[in-house]
Amino acid sequence: MIKALLNYFIFPGFLFSAVVGLLSGWVDRKVTARIQYRVGPPWYQNFTDILKLLGKEVIVPEGAKFTFLFSPCLGVLSLSLVAVMLGKSIISPMESFAGDLIVAIYLLVIPAIAMILGGSASRNPLASVGVSREMKLVLAYELPFILAIITVIIKSGGVIQIGQIINHQINYGSNIASLSGILAFIPTVLCMQAKLGFVPFDASEAEQEIMGGILIEYSGLPLALFKLTKALMLYTLPIFLIVLFGAGNLNPLWLILKYIGILVIIILIKNTNPRLRIDQALRFFWRIPTLLAIIAVGLALLGK
Amino acid sequence: MNLKLKALTKSIWVFHAACSPCNNCDIEVLDVLTPRHDVERFGIVLVGSVRHADALLVTGVPNYKTKERLKKLYSQAPRPCLVIAVGNCACGRIMFKDSYNSPCAVDEIVPVNVYIPGCPPKPEAVIAGVVKLIKKVRGEK
Repeated sequence: MIKALLNYFIFPGFLFSAVVGLLSGWVDRKVTARIQYRVGPPWYQNFTDILKLLGKEVIVPEGAKFTFLFSPCLGVLSLSLVAVMLGKSIISPMESFAGDLIVAIYLLVIPAIAMILGGSASRNPLASVGVSREMKLVLAYELPFILAIITVIIKSGGVIQIGQIINHQINYGSNIASLSGILAFIPTVLCMQAKLGFVPFDASEAEQEIMGGILIEYSGLPLALFKLTKALMLYTLPIFLIVLFGAGNLNPLWLILKYIGILVIIILIKNTNPRLRIDQALRFFWRIPTLLAIIAVGLALLGK
Repeated sequence: MNLKLKALTKSIWVFHAACSPCNNCDIEVLDVLTPRHDVERFGIVLVGSVRHADALLVTGVPNYKTKERLKKLYSQAPRPCLVIAVGNCACGRIMFKDSYNSPCAVDEIVPVNVYIPGCPPKPEAVIAGVVKLIKKVRGEK
């Protein structure tokens, strides 16, 4: 019991993933600044932001107090759980339970649902615009994301267990080393970008047009929790991708290198693309990534 | 020294409240964010919503309409909220003092923490003003 709680709150759960996520968030801000020929913030900037937000006043709009304050916690709780499941599976692949891949997929949707709930509860017209965009975005990216994961399941012989998928890759080589693996990896990276809410798929939180969208009414502690959710996402999703596609060699050094590699891909996509309108994003996701993922499923069935 | 205040001075999120300015001060404020003066290295970021703001950056002379808006904005910002008046207009009303559409100066509506004079102030002057504000918040000389 105590071990489980330690796993959940310290390592590899909440505390560890939050620290790594906030540091990755700094890497993102720093690289963005360097690309724009600026200096960029110091490494502790994201921690200071969170600390400062904890000390600020919390303003709650009239009505829907419980939903407004509860929804920020949802994302943090579910993502910590995913971080524990992935971390434990990497440390000891035999210990995971059957079907935890399905649980992980469900838990990865919850942060978006938390944003939708919180934004709707804040009763702000701009937030409701952001909420409607977020809902459409969820509809857009879930289809190729799940198709790509199905490719991985087929390639590992039909198992729906994270530990078994890792074991299969350790024995037979990483999934990304095959044609269908590469074809499934590309849509997953794009879906990850949308799940993180980064440019080009950040229409729901567009700072310039709808003033932060969903987060517009949030201040103080709940806003800090949403920032933490973002940081946890930035840790959890790349690790999820590594587990699904590149788990052939899970030395700590290789793991860190792969994590940094995926982070670089995210930051490069973020800094070289303009924001898509929500209808463009929807059209994009239902065309190219879905097509790629379907081809990948077909190739995986043929054993390629 | 208070940890909360220290964190506040290390990451000031600024909301830009333009009270009918002539836009020269706004351009200089934007200059502060550009690569040459990059204030993100001190953690200063421009935010879109006043609920996220730690500092209200006011430019221009308030008229009858923006006066009400400025009062409302200040009451909507979460405490502690600092107010920075940028430009001669926001510091005192200079040549608009007797104008028919200028009811009062910025500091008669909201409590101003730091005044940055200039028409418009240079980006260096804006940064110097923010440094003074940080020292004031920390209680240093």
